[in-house]
Amino acid sequence: MKGPESTVDCDFKPITLKTEEGFETGNTKHKWDLAKMKKDHKVLAEFKYEKRPVVRGYAGRTLYVNLTTNEIKEKPVTEEMKKQFTGGKGFDLKLLRDAIKPTTRWNSEENELVLAAGPLCGTTQYSGMGKCLAVTVSPLTDIVCDSNAGGYFAPYMKFSGFDAIEIQGKAKKDVAIIIDGKDCKVTIETAPHEEVNSHLVAEQLTYMYAAEDTDAARQKVAVVSAGKAAETSYWGILNISFYDVRRKVARLKQHGRGGLGTVFRDKKLKALVARVDHFDGLSNNPANPDKVAATGLKHHREMRDLDKSQCNMRVVGTGNIVEVMDAYDLLPTENYRFGSHPKAFNLHSPNFYRRFTQVIPDGCWFGCTMACAKVVDGFEVMTGPYKGMKFSVDGPEYENAAACANMGLWDPDWVIEWNFYCDCYGLDTISFGTGMAFYMEMYEYGILTKERCGGLELQWGNGEAVLEFMHRMARGEKDDFTQIASKGIRKTKDWLKKNKWGDDYIIENCGMENKGLEFSEYVPKESLAQQGGYGLTNKGPQHDEAWLIFMDMVNKQIPTFADKAEALHYFPIWRTWFGLVGLCKLPWNDVTPPSNATAKEPAKIPEHVQNYADIMGATLGREINPQDLIDMSEKVYNFQRSMNVWMGRGTRADDWIPYRAMGPVTEMEYLSRKDRYDGQLVDIQKLPKDKVAAMKTSEKMQLTYDYRQNQYEKLKDAVYYRRGWTQNGIPTPQKMRSLGFTEDCLLKMLQEKIDSDEKAGLNVWGGKYAGSEKPPAADRKYWEKW
Amino acid sequence: MSKAKIIVFHAEKCKECRKCEAACSNVHHKNDKGGEWSAIRIIKKDDGYEMTDCNMCGLCIDMCPVMAIRRMTSGTVVIDKKKCVGCQACVGFCPRGVMRKAPEVIVPFKCIACGACVRACPEGALELKEVEIDKIQEEVYSKHGRVCK
Repeated sequence: MKGPESTVDCDFKPITLKTEEGFETGNTKHKWDLAKMKKDHKVLAEFKYEKRPVVRGYAGRTLYVNLTTNEIKEKPVTEEMKKQFTGGKGFDLKLLRDAIKPTTRWNSEENELVLAAGPLCGTTQYSGMGKCLAVTVSPLTDIVCDSNAGGYFAPYMKFSGFDAIEIQGKAKKDVAIIIDGKDCKVTIETAPHEEVNSHLVAEQLTYMYAAEDTDAARQKVAVVSAGKAAETSYWGILNISFYDVRRKVARLKQHGRGGLGTVFRDKKLKALVARVDHFDGLSNNPANPDKVAATGLKHHREMRDLDKSQCNMRVVGTGNIVEVMDAYDLLPTENYRFGSHPKAFNLHSPNFYRRFTQVIPDGCWFGCTMACAKVVDGFEVMTGPYKGMKFSVDGPEYENAAACANMGLWDPDWVIEWNFYCDCYGLDTISFGTGMAFYMEMYEYGILTKERCGGLELQWGNGEAVLEFMHRMARGEKDDFTQIASKGIRKTKDWLKKNKWGDDYIIENCGMENKGLEFSEYVPKESLAQQGGYGLTNKGPQHDEAWLIFMDMVNKQIPTFADKAEALHYFPIWRTWFGLVGLCKLPWNDVTPPSNATAKEPAKIPEHVQNYADIMGATLGREINPQDLIDMSEKVYNFQRSMNVWMGRGTRADDWIPYRAMGPVTEMEYLSRKDRYDGQLVDIQKLPKDKVAAMKTSEKMQLTYDYRQNQYEKLKDAVYYRRGWTQNGIPTPQKMRSLGFTEDCLLKMLQEKIDSDEKAGLNVWGGKYAGSEKPPAADRKYWEKW
Repeated sequence: MSKAKIIVFHAEKCKECRKCEAACSNVHHKNDKGGEWSAIRIIKKDDGYEMTDCNMCGLCIDMCPVMAIRRMTSGTVVIDKKKCVGCQACVGFCPRGVMRKAPEVIVPFKCIACGACVRACPEGALELKEVEIDKIQEEVYSKHGRVCK
């Protein structure tokens, strides 16, 4: 094991793979007997379908596959479905809701994994238009979790003829589902010999299903897979492949959050494959291709001219913000106790710059010139079953590097090693990193010990122990720690509390989860709006709904509760829109056009919002303005919250976040930022300076705790009111009707919940309002007048 | 030394008849419209004329996600229309703005150093000339992305 690097060497040239013959990664070459593997595939079901072109962004059909009964059928996409749910995540949720019961859990027979494209998905002229949106009932949260990923699957599924695929039931033995857009058939096939781990199975199936033995043919195949640890943990991911014609590698992008890969393997799915015969720049069939192209071109030129002086995404990917977060005390280190660290410079982007291969179009879908999918090529694996072999490792991205900061792993090579195995075994880097950081903190406090951890010594930064834990998960070892810790923070908290190994307050408030899902990698302590951005989410604490830290904490653009509530209304809904249409969010705000300097609301990047309205309009063939996009999204956002309520969640209590997300849980944390917290007691809580100076730390911590908890409750009041929900966070039937939902059973379900909350005394403001402060509305039952 | 043929412009001879553009659009799009249909463009300036066209630097080759763009042994950079997925990355990133998109055609087009414009020019203002491109490439690539320090 190499020690952390003490210096950063900057005198280097970009790594290139170009040789006289083409490109050379230096990766280990694998030899597979693909003919034998394929021969042993037994076709369990086959469904032939009629070839139809995509019309204005829609294939017009969805695919249903049942792995228990081997039924395969197509379902029409109705105009009503498009109007109410738009596509992508909207279609996912509608199909899932129609298939499950409120009591359905992740491993129930009727639970579905639904993957969808969206009407803009597959567009090649604008950056970031190839995202796949997937949902399922999550093993971590027991409610619906949605997650998005790049790669080629969603566009290829759509160009093959389907806007979405629902997978219900469970196979008896490992199977693969093949969507063959070339021969217009869908099959369920046994897949006994293929590997489970993603790096290998993606490569095997890419070669197996390519129409001919050429790179161009392999680039027309996309494979969805998970990995061995997805079978044993609740952190399973889906890897979506995209074949890189230069590296000759089936690269991977991840549906990371919520355990989708766990459900995938529970269904005994080894892989889901889509292949297309042909596609081109017009395959999405927009009404006005020139308008789409002109808008995309404008954005490509911003990337060309501005990226290098802005985020440098093309060169280092999302890792460019590690140093920014470190500088603003927002980089989670040692389980979010601190926001920066003296060793964090080891993970600043120059360290990855010199490991990434440069000057290759690294978009995870065609035409993405933001190209943030950076790669370390020829990386020699240091541990585990692939020790000594060389692979192209996708990433690390910001979340990966920051998760390692959280675990105190300060060596870039260990970051890459860990990142490789997370992808390979099918593990969510965010949940794993946040989970392991919590376990390490518990280890420091003696709540976990070497004995309780099955012999693992979980000190901060022990990369070997981290990897060993991961290998144990992949091997499915049966010791308590491997079994429980791999099921996530929530289950581990319950285990620690049940055994009375530590103070419940410490255990509950240090473990960074909400609704059962682990937090993503930003320290939200000093941004109330971001606490809401994490806690008031539909699926759990993931920044894809709202990232408001800079707006709130640095730029101070949203000082009042009403301002924060407006931001927590607009941004989650706006960001949800990307998921409805099959897009990546990064090209929206990771490059800023010059017009933003004079924009009224710069945080919204109005020129880019207009770009999206223009492309949506040009694709659908009708006038679309930015408000129309918000209207589409607000429907789906509220529908998802309603589903949470339907499944027994989605209330104020479920939007609880651990205090570690709000402020200092331990005395050490308080003292580490003493000037800040003492200063706030004087400046915000208006205590006399000398009185604060004389107070004990525990007293000051309590005052800070009470104040911040009340702030969060007041934020909930303001946000629920702005979103059209009751004080207990229930979407009101009045709101749902205004969004076009007329279904009686949905409206009745919400009304009954509101009535029962009324009886239980839950339709009341959560914040304590003193002096001139007032709750958001004078009338407690404000929604009744809507 | 890498070499390629490029179009060289003698501005003093140009009389803006735009026959070069018409010839070029004929090659690429089978019409005589020139202008946005032409790879070569004559631009009128206060003090005469400028010409924009490809200098065969080849950055577009490295921009293409499907490797539809390649350099032929002659040095000329060409697009394989069948492979192209119409993403416009090459158009957007071309340092000279000479990888172009014509109206209603999603596949971009560029100068292929065919010499049709040279032959069409009645004034002899255009010339097909072999040049060394190493320095051109070095200049272009040095501006591609920011080196981290």
